[in-house]
Amino acid sequence: MPLTPVLTKRWALPRSWTLETYERTEGYRGLRKALRMRPDAVIALVKESGLRGRGGAGFPTGMKWGFIPQGTEGQAAKPHYLVVNADEGEPGTCKDAPLIMADPHSLIEGIIISSYAVRSNHAFIYLRGEFVHGRRRLDAAIKEALEAGYLGADILGSGFDLELTVHSGAGAYICGEETALLDSLEGYRGQPRLRPPFPATHGLYSVPTVVNNVETIASVPFVVLGGPEWFASMGTEKSSGPKIFSLSGHINSPGQYEAPLGTTLRELIELAGGMRGGSELKFWTPGGSSTPFLTAEHLDAPLDFEGMLEAGSLLGTTALMIFDQKTCIVRAALRFTEFYAHESCGKCTPCREGTYWMVQILQRLEAGAGTAEDIETLLDTCDNIFGRAFCALGDGATSPIVSSIQHFRDEYVAHYEGGGCPFSSAPSRHSQPLAGVHSS
Amino acid sequence: MALTEQTRARVREIISRYPQPRSALLPMLHLVQSEEGYVTPAGVALCAEELGLTKAEVGAVVTFYTMYKRRPTGDFLVSVCTNTLCGILGGDEIFSSLSAHLGVGHNETVPGGNVTLEHAECLAACDYAPVVTVNYEFFDNQTPDSARELVDALASGAGSELPKPTRGASLCTFRETERLLAGFGDPRPAALNEGPAGEPTLAGLRLAAKRGESAPAYPDSAYPDSAQSDSARLDSAQSGEAR
Repeated sequence: MPLTPVLTKRWALPRSWTLETYERTEGYRGLRKALRMRPDAVIALVKESGLRGRGGAGFPTGMKWGFIPQGTEGQAAKPHYLVVNADEGEPGTCKDAPLIMADPHSLIEGIIISSYAVRSNHAFIYLRGEFVHGRRRLDAAIKEALEAGYLGADILGSGFDLELTVHSGAGAYICGEETALLDSLEGYRGQPRLRPPFPATHGLYSVPTVVNNVETIASVPFVVLGGPEWFASMGTEKSSGPKIFSLSGHINSPGQYEAPLGTTLRELIELAGGMRGGSELKFWTPGGSSTPFLTAEHLDAPLDFEGMLEAGSLLGTTALMIFDQKTCIVRAALRFTEFYAHESCGKCTPCREGTYWMVQILQRLEAGAGTAEDIETLLDTCDNIFGRAFCALGDGATSPIVSSIQHFRDEYVAHYEGGGCPFSSAPSRHSQPLAGVHSS
Repeated sequence: MALTEQTRARVREIISRYPQPRSALLPMLHLVQSEEGYVTPAGVALCAEELGLTKAEVGAVVTFYTMYKRRPTGDFLVSVCTNTLCGILGGDEIFSSLSAHLGVGHNETVPGGNVTLEHAECLAACDYAPVVTVNYEFFDNQTPDSARELVDALASGAGSELPKPTRGASLCTFRETERLLAGFGDPRPAALNEGPAGEPTLAGLRLAAKRGESAPAYPDSAYPDSAQSDSARLDSAQSGEAR
């Protein structure tokens, strides 16, 4: 599969973040084209392209936009909002931050087109608090876009108005969950909401709201400009388009590789110069820590929504964390579980209590003081979290544990039979007590 | 530094950005940190008063988010990623080495010093692992040695030559960073253009160029007729760059 830079294609240009560079390289042409179409035609075009959400869930973008009520009565008559989820925090995921720093105008152009399609006159970018340089680039790009007439009142003489506000978060993984994000944007603790009602009808301030990931929205100008057939000429039938694959870990050249959906890990590792120091692949995640671990057995599985389901995992954010044979699976599972325990918002019992207790059990196992029963207790606890937690954070927390036991049960056994970690005598870092509820 | 009438004016400016006032609370708390160095009781009271909330309601929000500090924070907040990938690639050693070197643990400030240490969850720079940030600016591919040198340079103070982040802008103080997060920009115009993308960010793009690979060309219909004058202007701009 060849590399297909689309979203990444401007990143190496000098001062790629400026309006000058952006306009020289077809910037805001998609917007001009979209503004000559009717909003419903833009939605239809995005539907036809097959673009699916790039934030992890893979929901068809055009269909999501189509759920926004339009008209003059009830919810339809209220203001509509577009909220961009730029709270990138899924472990392993590192595609939106470089996109925002290198090409903020592509996100802004996507926001204007998408807002026009769903008839929103105020859009928000919920930016992860830690992205300070991204904030600088976005603030400057928005100022340039306003001065050039791409934002504000009567955009390019179309009669369409749009205000765009950047909102920096304050450090909470859960705010990547769309309803928690909305609560956070309303000035509350970022805790997820019960659904239904869905954000499409009752989102920000209880009015119709679209929440989309950065990469999804940044794809929109290209979809509009190249057309749905062009977009779908990359990728697979049900997972169309190019995708930024983020490779990290024990490989020679980690980084961002944009290729069609359906590319395999074998191809990507080859592109990234192979395993580091001739080491062997032990396990990997297709799309962040919430997607079950896979092994060398899955090197040829297509990295698309269907292919990863079939392999027993999920595509997630295409954050490929690659670990070699020297990595202790129990240490990896423990560390991810500590992360989920720290980030659990505390709203629902299965996630809050489950992650807390699973950390204790995994710490015991890693130290070689566990028992055979501990493995069963872990699996039983995961069974009681999965599908019973309030949001996907709880489900995600079970992924590293269940999949690591599934593929590497022997290694868990070796820890308690050998009375310690077979890989190292050094203890894991965490000795601090973990707060059960998210806290600083 | 105390909260002043200017702070109050800025708070009202933040509130005006949103359809509903309470949405302003997160940036308001960043503003409080930019003035006070952490979220002080006076800052909580100010937010409560301006938004018509109780202090308990504001406090509930403050305690939820990791970036709101409840104790005085140094000029330089050093965050070490110890999530799984960075941790395994060296982040754990970096954290324990810094902790021993500085004599402080997670979320603690060197007594009488200007450095606060914390371990952080995934900082979205896994292709540069292991990473350390200072006031959220990236120092990529760190080792225990390079991280110790980094904090030593920070400890020698803001007046002297500060270490340069691998990507991102030259360092400013924690309070100045918080001002940016509150939406009041970076007063240093040059900061915007500092920090070009690093090699991992461009790895795929460079490889595609080397291998002569690209996405398929747009079809002829990409630029509708009515946009011709516009396209012509852009084309000439592009050929201008080529010259």
